[in-house]
Amino acid sequence: MTTEHTRTTTPEPGEQPGGEATALWAETAVREAAAQEATVQEAAVREAGHLHRPSREDQVLERIERARRGKARIREDLVTLAHGAGGKATHTLIEAVFLESFRNPLLEPLGDGAVIGDLALTTDSFVVKPLFFPGGDIGDLAVNGTVNDLAMCGATPRYLSAGFILEEGFPIADLRRITASMAAAAQAAGVWIVTGDTKVVENGKADGCYITTAGVGTLNRNTALSATAVTPGDAVIVSGPIGEHGMTIMLARGELDLEAHLTSDTAPLHDLTARLLSACDRADDGPAHGAAHGAVRCLRDATRGGVATVLNEIATASQVSIVLDENAIPVHPAVRGACELLGIDPLYVACEGRMVAVVAADHADAALNALRAHPLGSDAAIIGRAGDDPPGLVLLKTCFGGTRIVDLLVGDPLPRIC
Amino acid sequence: MRFVDEYRDAGQARALAAQMAALCRPGRAYKLMEVCGGHTHTIYKHGLEDYLPDAVTLIHGPGCPVCVIPMGRLDDAIHIAEQPDVIMTSFGDMMRVPGGRGSFLDAKARGADIRMVYSPLDALKIARQNPRKRVVFMAIGFETTAPSTAMTVLRAETEGIHNFSVFCNHVTIIPAIKAILDSPDLHLDGFIGPGHVSAVIGCRPYEFIAHTYGKPLVVTGFEPLDVLRAVYQILTQLAEGRSQVENQYARVVPWNGNAKALNVISRVMELRPYFEWRGLGSISHSALKMTEKYAAYDAERIFQIPGVRVADPKACQCGEVLKGVLKPWECKVFGTACTPETPIGTCMVSSEGACAAYYNFGRFSRERVKEATRR
Repeated sequence: MTTEHTRTTTPEPGEQPGGEATALWAETAVREAAAQEATVQEAAVREAGHLHRPSREDQVLERIERARRGKARIREDLVTLAHGAGGKATHTLIEAVFLESFRNPLLEPLGDGAVIGDLALTTDSFVVKPLFFPGGDIGDLAVNGTVNDLAMCGATPRYLSAGFILEEGFPIADLRRITASMAAAAQAAGVWIVTGDTKVVENGKADGCYITTAGVGTLNRNTALSATAVTPGDAVIVSGPIGEHGMTIMLARGELDLEAHLTSDTAPLHDLTARLLSACDRADDGPAHGAAHGAVRCLRDATRGGVATVLNEIATASQVSIVLDENAIPVHPAVRGACELLGIDPLYVACEGRMVAVVAADHADAALNALRAHPLGSDAAIIGRAGDDPPGLVLLKTCFGGTRIVDLLVGDPLPRIC
Repeated sequence: MRFVDEYRDAGQARALAAQMAALCRPGRAYKLMEVCGGHTHTIYKHGLEDYLPDAVTLIHGPGCPVCVIPMGRLDDAIHIAEQPDVIMTSFGDMMRVPGGRGSFLDAKARGADIRMVYSPLDALKIARQNPRKRVVFMAIGFETTAPSTAMTVLRAETEGIHNFSVFCNHVTIIPAIKAILDSPDLHLDGFIGPGHVSAVIGCRPYEFIAHTYGKPLVVTGFEPLDVLRAVYQILTQLAEGRSQVENQYARVVPWNGNAKALNVISRVMELRPYFEWRGLGSISHSALKMTEKYAAYDAERIFQIPGVRVADPKACQCGEVLKGVLKPWECKVFGTACTPETPIGTCMVSSEGACAAYYNFGRFSRERVKEATRR
């Protein structure tokens, strides 16, 4: 091809038949950010009496952290798919719309469920496509998902509700298959499905079947688990190889022309969490621990957004850093291979039967042994530690010996997966 | 994945780090540009900067195909997507890119039928399955992806599929590099040449960079050791006072390129007189359009596109960042008005863009990060 090139900053005549325009939204964003920054600077000057001047890069980084900590704001006029992807857009939607409207002390922690006295309450909706996939279907996913949310509160799951939105024309045989696997999953988890609801919408208004479950569990320990309870030095544990559910769904959709022997990891985790909590309580006979929290600081199931999203939420809530060791993170070879091919980081891929546990350093071994003694935790591993600086940041020591930041995801790495 | 592990050995990386440090002349700073967004991704994913001597700075170049599409072109694509009976198809990383009036995702929320595909052949499949719809493929990318777009058009012709067309935004890498080399405020010492693009065009087209502009260029692959070896080879050339084009990626890149792929491109596409690049301005002969012969598959001719140029806001300094004059954090709007969630400039748009990569993976000063990971 040619090597003669000229470059101009303005278009050539005839090149842009439609003339010029401005991106108004961008100009507005620039103006608003400048105004906000000026206000913050004025406040800082008033407070300190002078302008605090660290290095220019540090100033910029401070400015960015302020912008990140600022109140969540939605710029879009319409809901987009990004709002459901579990990353930054989802957080913004939840904080700017739902929390803003419903604000109360039980909701504010934004945990997997709400703890009310000795009860835990949670709800979850399931819109997975395809409805049936290797290792499970929307039915057991809907039961396990809610059972796990209760388990992550430290509760014993007791009763579930199930709401169905069905599309006109959906085969009854498929519905029976789904309810059969829900029944089996409920039996395995020791819960009853005690109430429900059914709606049918016109053909084309839903993808066959959507399910919403809610669940109630009972708490049998005094110390609350909380994403705010993590302290520097705590160990970060995953209960098994990550990303299997998300990658299974992605491959099952058949859009990628990739094949791998993968099955979803969907499983109820209540028994695993019960063993973990009791093992750590038993090991807790030494010096008294901080009164507010036990040795197990926090449990989270790593669903939408994967382990990376959960850890970012914990790091922010507890204002700690979390440093991960890439070599220690268990990943099935087929998941790793598919992630390499697709350019996806397994840390962001959803699991439906894996959890993250943050445990006091002196209980890490007891916790790990308890998890590994259970079939669902046989490949559990300590993948990192909490530190004090930089607060709110998740870092990864790469296999290659470098370091990088593991931030909340902005876009959607995957199609709908739960 | 053994073939990958071979290029991810931390021991070899440490050895290279020591050799690179020995090649740096005391007191001299080295600014090298990795042209390709794929390299930027590798650098951050594996934390390669930890192995580089302090004197070496990597500048992230214009080689992210998503980032270089100007806002006006995206508005044109959305206009096409909003026409009756149209299914617009696009790679996933294009979905969030904002134009003058929002992104594909926003247009989809307003009701346009925009679908994510993984290759142009997927788009052709959708055309086959929906004979009453007009299926348009939003074609983006350098010489890397242009052959598969061209192949798909040829396939559509052979199969007699008439409801498929391409909105062609393919760009060519050499004019962009030349535009950067010609800018008066340039401060670059050498280039890490793109791997996938070179597998198509070969290494010869870069020779003017070494001969006319006196800058070393090393073509390399996307594994972490590939990138470190390329930096080592550039530093070696600089230490020896040489400027040559070297091929570190001979396992994939033939010196003369892939004649078959180039031939397929030229059967279906030809150079445009001008094309606007986000952040770089209008560059002559820097992009491809469909030829007259394939007008029936050219969305630009089938649909009346508005063709409105949308200027980036003045506060946005992407051009300077792309040329290596400014670091991402030195831009006035970096991290406040312009973030990965609401990108304003080209460099923040895709995760391979220089600013997005810095924001996601390198936002904290190296000292603080090193201190945190040491404990």
